[in-house]
Amino acid sequence: MMLEVRSLHAYYGQNEALHGIEFALPEGGMVALLGANGAGKTTTLRAVCGMVRTTGEIRFDGTSIAGRTTEEIVRLGIAHVPEGRGTFVRMSVEENLQLGAMSRRDRAAIVRDVDWIYERFPRLRERRRQQAGLLSGGEQQMLAVGRALMLRPRLMLLDEPSFGLAPLVVEELFAILAGLNRETGVGMLIVEQNAELALELAERAYLLETGRIVFAGPASEIREDEAVRRAYLGY
Amino acid sequence: MQLLIQEVLAGLANGAIYALTALAIVMVFQAIDHLNFAQGEMATFSTFVAWQLIEWGVTYWAAFVLTVALSFAGGIAIERVLFRPLHKAPILALLVGFIALFSILNSGDGYIWNYTIKTFPTPFGTAPLFGSALLDGHQAGMIGVTAVLLGLLYFFFRGTRLGLAMRAAAANPESARLVGIRVGWMTALGWGMAAAIGAVGGMLIAPIVFLDPNMMLGVLIYGFSGAVLGGLTSPGGAVFGGFAVGVIESLAGTFIPYVGRDLNLTIALLVIVAVLMVRPTGIFGRTVASRV
Repeated sequence: MMLEVRSLHAYYGQNEALHGIEFALPEGGMVALLGANGAGKTTTLRAVCGMVRTTGEIRFDGTSIAGRTTEEIVRLGIAHVPEGRGTFVRMSVEENLQLGAMSRRDRAAIVRDVDWIYERFPRLRERRRQQAGLLSGGEQQMLAVGRALMLRPRLMLLDEPSFGLAPLVVEELFAILAGLNRETGVGMLIVEQNAELALELAERAYLLETGRIVFAGPASEIREDEAVRRAYLGY
Repeated sequence: MQLLIQEVLAGLANGAIYALTALAIVMVFQAIDHLNFAQGEMATFSTFVAWQLIEWGVTYWAAFVLTVALSFAGGIAIERVLFRPLHKAPILALLVGFIALFSILNSGDGYIWNYTIKTFPTPFGTAPLFGSALLDGHQAGMIGVTAVLLGLLYFFFRGTRLGLAMRAAAANPESARLVGIRVGWMTALGWGMAAAIGAVGGMLIAPIVFLDPNMMLGVLIYGFSGAVLGGLTSPGGAVFGGFAVGVIESLAGTFIPYVGRDLNLTIALLVIVAVLMVRPTGIFGRTVASRV
């Protein structure tokens, strides 16, 4: 298993936001975390990255990463694309991509990777000198994904990648994500409000409700189980 | 006309030091969102170190470089020892930390080097530059050294990976961590650089105001004013603000009757208050939206 989480609790101050969840992501797998607002999806991603206080076990490639600092975890090859994208809005597109590779030393490869990202996202190349904050929502999301890829991650944590995007842009973005997963074998843990779309993309899904996992199984099973869909996903 | 040019140039020379002080304040402010009241005392301490080195027979430029390096290390040490443990503390605790640093350095100066006023050498001489009365050698040196330092800093922040990482850490610490930047060390580096910049400013102003433990008090007020005038969120703005305060101070003292050398600080501060009434974030500053 690439990522293994056992009896994970997470806390915001005195409030417990996750009550002992378990899930796993196989090597190069694509897993969706679904659920309503406030279910704990974002918290789960933040817990993996060491951005909230946790107890329990988190293993990445077999080594425990619970309790490590965010920058250490990132340097192990886990790239988090946060909700709201977290780009550096006053820096240029190119600077944002360079920042994504900040933990790497191989300068020549960084230059090649920037080029590779521009091939995947041609609109970013057109806007390479522009401030990230001036990009459209879709372009900013592409930039956030591109910046995460600059880390050459083994695992990507994607928080609501479809948020605020037009349906066509969402389809384009998800096609790119599926392609990346296929070609580079990067694992993806995706948090989504858009359950229908996420279930098409992912192999496996976990349903979260108020900090607990209430259903887990292959994506196809959830797609076909009308009762689960109605109760938890609202479609 | 001759007098006007002369006063502008003199203002720029002092303004260079205010600009360096303002820049040092902004660098720490960007890193930890607080004003470093002890910036002036850090610079004074550094200047005493340089004075001591020169007393021991080290040549001026060797002492200069050594002092900058020691100050850089000292700034990092201050962050690691004093402010790192306080970085999540309530603002009043932090304030006490700054006051403590201020008084430790201030009385430390007096304890080690006593309170008698000392002269500080200049490598540029005080003869009029090129035989004209516009600028003397030391004033030209102040402007020149400041210009070189600002150029180097500009290159560092715009042209190097480390500079980019520091900017990112200041702009958005959470996102910076998510790309693997060690934000805590960037903060320490900011303190080190602020201390080094302060040391340069202190060594340049010391030949004019003379060296004693309270040397930087006035300069710090002008530096703060420059930083606020230009905008605490803008390093370039702070530099501009520092130079502007120097020129305003110099012109007001010469051309406004009754102001003279006693009230020019008041005039400079009045101008700043006027600017802030129109632009509360400073000329080049911007409103920072803070997440709740």
